[in-house]
Amino acid sequence: MRPILLSGHERALTQVKYNPDGDLIFSVSKDHVVCAWFSHNGERFGTYHGHQGALWTVDVDPTSTLLATGGADNTMRLWEVNTGELLSTWDFPTAVKRVEFSPDGRQLLCVTEKRSGHLGTVVVFDINPDPKAQQSKEHTLRIVCEDSKATVAGFSYLAEFIIVCHEDGSISQYDAKTGEKLFNTQAHEEDMLITDLQWAPDRTYFITACKDKTSKIVAADSLEVLKTFVTDTPLNSAAITPVKDYVILGGGQAAMDVTTTSARQGKFEARFYHKIFQEEIGRVRGHFGPLNYVAVHPDGTGYCSGGEDGYVRVHHFDKPYFDFMYEVERERAQELSNL
Amino acid sequence: MAPSYENLPLDDDEFDESQIDFTDLDDQYQVRLDEGLDAFVVVDGLPKVPEENISKLVKFILRKLNTVGRVKDDGVYMPLNEETGQTEGFAFVEYNAPSEAIQAVKQLHGTPLDKKHTMAVNKLTDIDRYGREGRIEEEYHPPQIEEFQQKDHLRSWLGDHDGRDQMVMFRGEKVGVFWNEKEDQPEPVVDRENWTESFVQWSPQGTYLTSIHAQGVQLWGSKNWSRQHRFAHPGVNLVDFSPNEQYLTTWSHRPLQVDENHPVPSLSIDEDGKNYIIWDVATGKPLRSFATLEAPSTTDADGNPVKKKMQWPTFKWSADDRYVARMNQGQSISVYELPRMNLLDKTTIKIEGVMDFEWAPANPKRDGIKTYEQLFCYWTPELGSNPAKVGLMTVPSKEVVRTRNLFNVSDAKLHWQSDAAYVCVKVDRHSKSKKSMATNLEIFRVKEKGVPVEVVDSIKDTVINFAWEPKGSRFVLITTSEPIAQTAVPPKTAVSFFAPEKLKGGAIGNFRHIRTVDKKNSNAIYWSPKGRFVVVATLQSQQSCDLDFWDLSFEKPKEDRDDKEKELAANLQLMATAEHYGVTDIEWDPTGRYVATVASAFRHQMENGYHLYDFKGTLLREEHIDRFKQLIWRPRPPTLLSKEEQAEIRKNLRNYSKIFDEQDLAKKNTANRQVVEARRQMLKEWLEWRESMIRMLEEEGAEIELNNGKVHRDHDGEVQEIEEIVEEIIEEHEEVIS
Repeated sequence: MRPILLSGHERALTQVKYNPDGDLIFSVSKDHVVCAWFSHNGERFGTYHGHQGALWTVDVDPTSTLLATGGADNTMRLWEVNTGELLSTWDFPTAVKRVEFSPDGRQLLCVTEKRSGHLGTVVVFDINPDPKAQQSKEHTLRIVCEDSKATVAGFSYLAEFIIVCHEDGSISQYDAKTGEKLFNTQAHEEDMLITDLQWAPDRTYFITACKDKTSKIVAADSLEVLKTFVTDTPLNSAAITPVKDYVILGGGQAAMDVTTTSARQGKFEARFYHKIFQEEIGRVRGHFGPLNYVAVHPDGTGYCSGGEDGYVRVHHFDKPYFDFMYEVERERAQELSNL
Repeated sequence: MAPSYENLPLDDDEFDESQIDFTDLDDQYQVRLDEGLDAFVVVDGLPKVPEENISKLVKFILRKLNTVGRVKDDGVYMPLNEETGQTEGFAFVEYNAPSEAIQAVKQLHGTPLDKKHTMAVNKLTDIDRYGREGRIEEEYHPPQIEEFQQKDHLRSWLGDHDGRDQMVMFRGEKVGVFWNEKEDQPEPVVDRENWTESFVQWSPQGTYLTSIHAQGVQLWGSKNWSRQHRFAHPGVNLVDFSPNEQYLTTWSHRPLQVDENHPVPSLSIDEDGKNYIIWDVATGKPLRSFATLEAPSTTDADGNPVKKKMQWPTFKWSADDRYVARMNQGQSISVYELPRMNLLDKTTIKIEGVMDFEWAPANPKRDGIKTYEQLFCYWTPELGSNPAKVGLMTVPSKEVVRTRNLFNVSDAKLHWQSDAAYVCVKVDRHSKSKKSMATNLEIFRVKEKGVPVEVVDSIKDTVINFAWEPKGSRFVLITTSEPIAQTAVPPKTAVSFFAPEKLKGGAIGNFRHIRTVDKKNSNAIYWSPKGRFVVVATLQSQQSCDLDFWDLSFEKPKEDRDDKEKELAANLQLMATAEHYGVTDIEWDPTGRYVATVASAFRHQMENGYHLYDFKGTLLREEHIDRFKQLIWRPRPPTLLSKEEQAEIRKNLRNYSKIFDEQDLAKKNTANRQVVEARRQMLKEWLEWRESMIRMLEEEGAEIELNNGKVHRDHDGEVQEIEEIVEEIIEEHEEVIS
């Protein structure tokens, strides 16, 4: 199906997200505005005004009631999805690079930038799911990253661990209750920035995207690298598709280098790899700048990508996408249907 | 723990310097003081004569000694043995300058005086240095001859069971040799980091892989890719092999510096200031070294000096490695005989105005000539009222066997056919007004009686590229109507094909034009090394990057055959066209089965990598590799099969191909099976892991929503379903009903 082009932003997209029901898409960009869209037709649902700087990140809680955003104005803000009302603001000394709700929506973490004498931190707050309630300003947990700054982070299954990816290509696992560091592993090439972390539906494993041109699937409990996807371009984002065992990777020549090379070298394509066999199975063109984020519909029926070019492209998968199977998968499908 | 200042060992105090034996270092690094004796030589091996004959002998040897310099007045001292009253048979000689003494040692050492006596000339300082007591043992020890060690076979790669070819790939800092696996990933043979510092090169028969380093050149080979030879030439830039791999030329733009402070292994002071070294590959020893000749400075029409491009190879080899020659542009050609590297007949061949020369690439077989000979072709431009000339010279007799006069010549290029059957001289001619240019082809039929010359003058445009069919008698050329100017868009070109007429009895007739394809951008011609197929391509162009695969002996179905075409020994057919963005190099494999096209990082940074085609132009494989620099097929030595055996194979080709097809199929099947098996294993492992994760979650007390696998911990054990209906009033409208 033809992709739907969402052209509501004036500057580069930084993150796009589906809500858990998959009917809404939230997008943030460097133009200070949060947009919400209907995913099935690309109509705009609304905007959230208030941020004073470029936005880096957005997340929505499991019931699609609350929306958290963070940006370069050193604030994290909580909004009511339905009304666009600003519920709460948390101030930080540096920019907020990533926000994420816990699986039950009762906790919210944010990753802050390392800058001007402040170390990078991961901060956790308790959240009252009632939009009318007063939110606590006090954090319940604060992890300071002394070795290498955190770039992205998230809650594992049952909010047991907090997984933090670092600037130096390593991944750490923290106890989500005590904030104690349990484990650190150099999953990617040294000194290669990890740009994204996205979870599998049950949060037992996650996928990372890294500037070292690879993406990896890592187990949340052991931090063991299960799969590696090798590409020919620095990656900005990676997502796991439900239903089919694929992953979608997005990236491209760094934005600042784009003008120095020809367009065909930019590699601004979304790449589909088979999650288990680690083989590339397809590419989707369209963006004319690097892909900054890819997000998959929670039911696995489509995906959307936000690019440096300022557009969000919403794709719905066609039948061949669901029909495609490797011979061994087909064998297995047959076995299962025979049972 | 790393050592730090605190825990440095302190017991060094007991160390006594005087107990160390430094003599070996003293010997090695002894600084030679200027002893003021550099102008002295010792002449040994002279006849022993009584006192009264001394002056006569001195006069005699002075005649020899003064050929290289001036001996000082009274500079010869011959000591007298008091007991016998005769001279000792040696003399001390003082020259005016140390350089003359060096020349004397170089040139006069070993010259015979008469039947019994041979002069031994050595520098006095050397005698002092090496002949000092204790330096040379009194007793003779036979040199230890090392036990013969069986080396790995240097051509083992030819014994590959599937007859695959090897290629070397240089990408990033890594150099690797691979087997060509057609559409599959090439199978690595060896892969090393930093194997070379600038580029790699095969020797002409594929025996050695050459790597270039700041210190010199190294050759690698055999099954385990060990180092076979090392040639020290600091700052080496380029390397050239003789056709049979017996000799090697290295060149550096920087003159060599070899003296006591800068010793270079295996090089002597003779090599100081030289740019070229010619080496014997088998021994690893230098044969002779040369300095760069200053090219005569020329000026262009506006009187600005023209920067000359260096010709490489500067030293050109005859087909059998017997001779190597260098041109001194505009003056002469120097031919050296191997293996002694002496100048042929001790003189250079004076050819006034000579611009270029080329050896025959194969041993020439001229009609009616039974004796051994090598041929080279040269040309000279118009000098004054004399016409321009193209000549064929035979070596060693240095006779000119054929010349041809030409007029209005701007430039000429010499193109030998690979069997030395023809040499085509591409002559760029200007009109009288020098406004328009045209090209003539002067084709010398070297193998025919009297070397007849055929002229192809039907070409109206400038020929920018020309190539003979290897082992054949057809050729392709590319012409352009406009001169190549420094414009952004290069002019359109036309590709023309030529073939000889077929005569009765299989003789080769006159060359005839077959077809011209115009409005092309092509600028490069790459024949298959076995002939018949040719790739015409556009290289290093921003605008286009097309590759055309032609077949010159296409077999048409019988009914389509045109009677007219029978006359020519060619039947042209465009088999395929392809595109490779940014292509910079094209390499046929030595068997002519595959073509690799390369986008090299040496030229540009865009989409570096290679494509692999078969000879028909079917794309088998493409791979993008960052900083991909070189792909070169490993050459093969000439076949050992006789003509009859080759004909036999060609006759039974169908039977062979059946076997090969079966082998290919079997291989593919096993490969597929392996891939499928690996996938099955991966799928199994993954599913097992997922299974274990789900079990783990269940144990943790999570409830799994089956619809999309999201996990919640059940907080209060009670789930309440709330249905909410939102009514939105879009518009309210009141109407008065009368």
